[in-house]
Amino acid sequence: MRKLAIYLMCGERTPELAEAAVEGGADLIELGFPFSDPLADGPVIRRAGEKALAEGMRTRECLECLSATRARVDVPLIPMTYASLLEAYGYDRFAADAQAAGATSLIVADLPVDTEPGLRRVQLVAPTSTDDRLTLAAERTDGWLYLVTLTGTTGAREDLSPALAGLVERARNATDVPLYAGFGISTPEQARAAAELVDGIVVGSRAVEVAAEGPAPLRDYVDSLRGALDTAVPF
Amino acid sequence: MTAPSRTYGEYGGRYVPETLIPALDELEQGWRDALGDPAFGTEIDELGRSYGGRPTPLTVAERFVPGKRIYLKREDLLHTGAHKLNNALGQAVLARRLGKRRIVAETGAGQHGVATATVCARFGFDCVVYMGAEDMRRQAPNVERMGLLGADVRPVEFGTKTLKEATSEAIRDWITNAETTHYLIGSCVGPAPYPEIVRELQAVIGREAREQLLAATGRLPEVAIACVGGGSNAIGLFAGFIDDGDVRLVGVEAAGAASLGTGRAGVLHGSRSSLLADDDGQVLDAHSISAGLDYPGVGPQHAFLRDSGRAEYVGASDEEAVAAFKRLAETEGIIPALEPSHALAKVLELDEELILVCLSGRGDKDLAEVLGR
Repeated sequence: MRKLAIYLMCGERTPELAEAAVEGGADLIELGFPFSDPLADGPVIRRAGEKALAEGMRTRECLECLSATRARVDVPLIPMTYASLLEAYGYDRFAADAQAAGATSLIVADLPVDTEPGLRRVQLVAPTSTDDRLTLAAERTDGWLYLVTLTGTTGAREDLSPALAGLVERARNATDVPLYAGFGISTPEQARAAAELVDGIVVGSRAVEVAAEGPAPLRDYVDSLRGALDTAVPF
Repeated sequence: MTAPSRTYGEYGGRYVPETLIPALDELEQGWRDALGDPAFGTEIDELGRSYGGRPTPLTVAERFVPGKRIYLKREDLLHTGAHKLNNALGQAVLARRLGKRRIVAETGAGQHGVATATVCARFGFDCVVYMGAEDMRRQAPNVERMGLLGADVRPVEFGTKTLKEATSEAIRDWITNAETTHYLIGSCVGPAPYPEIVRELQAVIGREAREQLLAATGRLPEVAIACVGGGSNAIGLFAGFIDDGDVRLVGVEAAGAASLGTGRAGVLHGSRSSLLADDDGQVLDAHSISAGLDYPGVGPQHAFLRDSGRAEYVGASDEEAVAAFKRLAETEGIIPALEPSHALAKVLELDEELILVCLSGRGDKDLAEVLGR
């Protein structure tokens, strides 16, 4: 069964929204800890981050949000953020406190595989990654490998990136760890197409947009993605 | 796994999405190849001479502070009116060698944007410059120049609407278009190998100044002083004297953008350096009357020089900068840009007598700002 990961920005309603996403069929929740200068993010997640920062969501509040979410759902929870927050908090302290609050792992968008190798985290690879780096990332990753589907920032696209298939093939040659694809996946059709290639998919920007409408719309949206994944032709 | 050029003590490195690593590796390889090819250095020197106007003069200023001999390294007389062209020319040659057809850049005051648009016109590249909407307002003449030179200037409307956001947008563009596009960064910041590339291209400032001062006085300066935004003119000046222990190196930041003076270690735009950030690691707004210094980060090598004690960094206020701007105009007949006016302001406080200042740019772009106050 394909895994469905949903990304939500940390905020007051996030525990409730995470619960709705899980009810809709999400297997994993990524929790965005906002940063003032998010290099890897397009307008939707950037705006969501600005809003969260304006509402006072700093590392401490985000860890509290993580705890509150952990109290509501059983699925893996993974904070996703940028290196600057870990610099300020302390890498080891951040990892420890996140784990204590219920995090399963971490994703840091501006740490390529050979920077800060001591921090255990889910590694990201991209269509531009060399085979050597794919192998290294797969060796170091915590649980699953995050395949960024396109060369670009987060944000919905019209079609599933054509670069994904090639990246999947190279990754399969390099490793047996589960492969999840993310960036630019927003519709059930794109989800199904991606799911036919990989072990799981991540939906970010579109989930953040729908989450702004409330838990019920989010549950329905996630349910539509779940439905598409369940009808994906097994490879 | 860190290559020698990637760090300055605990600063520097590559803090970027994995997607960019191949582009950085390609750039690093291209840079090493260029350094090993005498034709690269020859071409840069020739362009600097015949297109840029190098060598720039070293002008003695005897009325600015009576009793002190102040030597001004006249990067304001370089084509386009600031030191930025040294870096833009070199990176344009590099981009051509890498087979790129498109250039993307960020700009604060507009001088780097103008330098970039200038070289793109000369080399026939497509040129996209990201500029904060607030900076476009306060540096309108440079926006017009970029347009005339054929650049596509894209306003950045979010956040502080200044250099910080323009830099993020330029990097996002590069992430998306790295195959066809070279990111022509404007200062000694960013992921490795950019800080090194920019320093080496600006080192001509320090090399020439050293020769010229020795020829004029028979001595090295007691102090070499420059303004610091991202830090490129300063690192270029300092490069001529780093190994001369008797030469004091002083960098002057805008008091409201003192990344080295009041900042903390953090990660911004791809490198670990000293930045204006809160306890949480969120990057703070910088404030300066001069757009070119209005950046909450700084080159990682400057953070290292500060920590190792080789260089000192002080702050100058908007008011001090404006006063120095007017003073140089009235005592020496040179109108400096507001950015180097910060360095000039601190010259007044130095005890030394033989002082070398990098006059990193001319002040035409700042007339409205200065006269409006």
